[in-house]
Amino acid sequence: MKISIPQAAPHVRNPGRVPSLMTTVLIALSPITLFAVYQFGWPALNLIGLCLLSALLFEILCLYSTGKPLDTYILDGSGMLTALLLALSLPPHAPWWIAICGSGFAIIVGKHVYGGIGQNPFNPAMLARVALLLSFPVEMTHWTQAAPLLSTAAPSFIEGLQITFQSSTAFDGLTAATTLGQLKTDLSQGLPLQQLTEQYFQPLDSSLGLTAGSLGETSSLLIAIGGLYLLRQRIFSWRLPTSFLGSLLLLSTTAWILAPEIYASPLFHLTSGGVMLAAFFIVTDPVTSPCTRRGQLLFGTGCGALTFVIRTWGGYPEGVAFAVLLMNAMTPLIDHYVRPRRYGRSRTGTPIKRPLWRRIREFFYTQPKSPSSGSDK
Amino acid sequence: MKLFGFRGGVHPEALKQHTADHPISTLPLPAALYLPLQQHVGEPAEPEVSPGDYVYKGQLLARSQGQISAPVHAPSSGTVVAIDEFPAPHPSGLPVKTVILETDGKDHWSPAWTTPTDPWSLRPEEIAREVGLAGVVGMGGATFPSAVKLGQSLQYPIHNLIINGSECEPYLSCDDRLMRERAPQLIDGIRLTAHALQAKQATVAIEDNKPEAFAAMSAAAKGINQLNVIRVPSRYPMGWDKQLIRIITGREVPVGARSASIGVCVHNVGTVYAIQQALCAGTPLLSRVITVAGGAIAKPQNLEVPVGTLVSEVIKYCGGLNEEPARLVMGGPMMGQIVPHTGVPLVKGSSGVLALTAREVDDGPERPCIRCRRCVEACPVGLMPVEMAARLRADDIDGAVDYGVQDCIGCSCCSYVCPAKIPLVQYFNYARGVLDCRQTATRKAQQTREMALARQQRLASQQAARDARKAAKTEDKAKNNTKNNIKNTRPASKNPDRPASGDDAGTQHKGAAANIIATDSRVTDIPLQSEQLS
Repeated sequence: MKISIPQAAPHVRNPGRVPSLMTTVLIALSPITLFAVYQFGWPALNLIGLCLLSALLFEILCLYSTGKPLDTYILDGSGMLTALLLALSLPPHAPWWIAICGSGFAIIVGKHVYGGIGQNPFNPAMLARVALLLSFPVEMTHWTQAAPLLSTAAPSFIEGLQITFQSSTAFDGLTAATTLGQLKTDLSQGLPLQQLTEQYFQPLDSSLGLTAGSLGETSSLLIAIGGLYLLRQRIFSWRLPTSFLGSLLLLSTTAWILAPEIYASPLFHLTSGGVMLAAFFIVTDPVTSPCTRRGQLLFGTGCGALTFVIRTWGGYPEGVAFAVLLMNAMTPLIDHYVRPRRYGRSRTGTPIKRPLWRRIREFFYTQPKSPSSGSDK
Repeated sequence: MKLFGFRGGVHPEALKQHTADHPISTLPLPAALYLPLQQHVGEPAEPEVSPGDYVYKGQLLARSQGQISAPVHAPSSGTVVAIDEFPAPHPSGLPVKTVILETDGKDHWSPAWTTPTDPWSLRPEEIAREVGLAGVVGMGGATFPSAVKLGQSLQYPIHNLIINGSECEPYLSCDDRLMRERAPQLIDGIRLTAHALQAKQATVAIEDNKPEAFAAMSAAAKGINQLNVIRVPSRYPMGWDKQLIRIITGREVPVGARSASIGVCVHNVGTVYAIQQALCAGTPLLSRVITVAGGAIAKPQNLEVPVGTLVSEVIKYCGGLNEEPARLVMGGPMMGQIVPHTGVPLVKGSSGVLALTAREVDDGPERPCIRCRRCVEACPVGLMPVEMAARLRADDIDGAVDYGVQDCIGCSCCSYVCPAKIPLVQYFNYARGVLDCRQTATRKAQQTREMALARQQRLASQQAARDARKAAKTEDKAKNNTKNNIKNTRPASKNPDRPASGDDAGTQHKGAAANIIATDSRVTDIPLQSEQLS
């Protein structure tokens, strides 16, 4: 006779596991990564490699120092995902120490300080990006024009190593501003917006990713494809990206219709900067977003509104990272106040009322009389 | 028929094909039967026989006692060997009072047994009584005494009797086979139950992954007024009675109220079959159909077994075990309970025996929660398991109560979908256990307080009486001694309830009583105080 350990039901489990979830997200990010490498060449590959490798080392360091089992945690893929998202938000020609500092910040301060996977209040990749932007504004806003791999304009392998590891400025001629940055500068000089956007904003280029920008933020199309794949795999619900993009679209359209000479067009907002990457890969981070359906709608809407506000009236050209971090801070509050209605209870938690006709009927109802002999047990 | 939507739920793999296509076979009578006196919710039954007695099939072994209870009958003829402690079919395997019956293989019915009178002529309360005498309990696993449920439902006008044939648990197919093979009896049972409840209509809900059962029940129900057989989507936990009520009527049962209060009553098909057997054949609940399945069972099948058969007997009949099972489960894989070993008996509420292999259980290493919110999406009640578990990990029971852990029905949807393999239901069961303990402690404290207060009052009234007597005596003395003093003592004798000398003690006593009500924790100190007072 075998005595088994008492264990509550269920006795069968769904085959899904945390590592497989992370792998699915990594798969969804792979087209964007490949495109980034194609578009920005060897320096991009260097940065991605550096981010992943250093994240792995920092992860091992943290797990070792906190005494957690390495084998379970190192292979769960969450550290890799953070590192890849960070790499995709860096400027292509950023120096090596930016990548390593960013990874270190994301893994140590963004994740393990709070207790590791699942415990972080802020999205680690966005936290690292903001930290880098505030600490090294020059390196983090040094954008380069896309130069597809193997094309004549592209840096060679050796030149790529020089860019990443020696901060070589041999390619200074390629420097270009992002559309968002350009817009901010020109608007501050009082130039009319209509003329400006026509100059440097081509919606098609912007959605295909043929513009200057962070590694993985340029091609809105590929990002959307990856995001739709995740949606199909039920990794996240449609509510977060839809409410985020929806509120951004609504606000920018309203502003644009009211004053097209001051405010950029909604298409411009949606296709430039990190909006698309954030909509499908950052806002949808389960750890730092609310659990309930209504909470998610609230969170996404807040992210979109804050992005628009920061972009339009803030000091920085791009506001997605700040918006997401601000809303991350609101997540515990949203989860505390926005809860699903429980069965048999109203939203306030009191038992629901029975319909009036039912109570009226009960009033006139007489229970069948018990027979005189019966009623014993 | 139009169905209403509902929240949450999961789609576990059904895995019923191994057993659903084989007819129910009957287990040969085991040499010994082990009948626990508590196979139902409520008070355990009181033994009516003593060791050494010869009992006939269907004879009463133990009588129900208390408001909520059910009797236990002998599933076959034989000798009562002992009434002793025996391991219960419960994860703990702790012993419970059990009647051990050695069968003689003759299956003799009692000579006094007669076929019942026409059940259709019985009045509703008489049906409830007959069902109670037959020891019928909820066969879906709840094991609530059916007679009590029928009686309680009669307090309300019942609009719809819902028959739960959804059988949403994976592996189990005993209700499916019952509907396929014994549809006419089931329809009789449904009509009798509807009569007992004075229900206007009855609805049989069958999940759409059981087309044969649906066809059989539809055919049997043809031409009967106000009896609908409907298909409901296959989604666990469709068999949760309140889920069925929501999907069929579009209404929810208010928290803390019975489903009868909104005019609905839900019974399982197995229960209805038992009711029919009790009323039409006069057979008490002696046997039930169970599913024996799981990867480790050599020949999975549906079996009709006498109540009290050991799990080991059933497994032996099904060809034994292919391999050492990772978990031995009584009931379904989603809500069933682990049994510690095969030496425990099957009871009235056991719907299946599952020997699951490690591959089937698929219980990976537990990882930290990544708040993927699948549990929130899956919860049919509308709870947030992720938040409750986070609080319970820190032993913050009140925090979990704030998130509604007391509303958890233990359906296991959250644990099932969890990619981090966190045993969420284990957490919630723990919380509910602690809450139960707290409730018991509060009730105890309340009782102690009431008793202390009663003692205070008794002592005070005794004292008052004594004082009154004393006062009367002194008054008499005074009367006799000096005529002048009469005026002074008069006010005291005016009010006999409040004698002058007892007044002081009375106010003190009141103060003490207020003190008791204010502080529960110091209940034990109070009798001492009152001693000092007197």
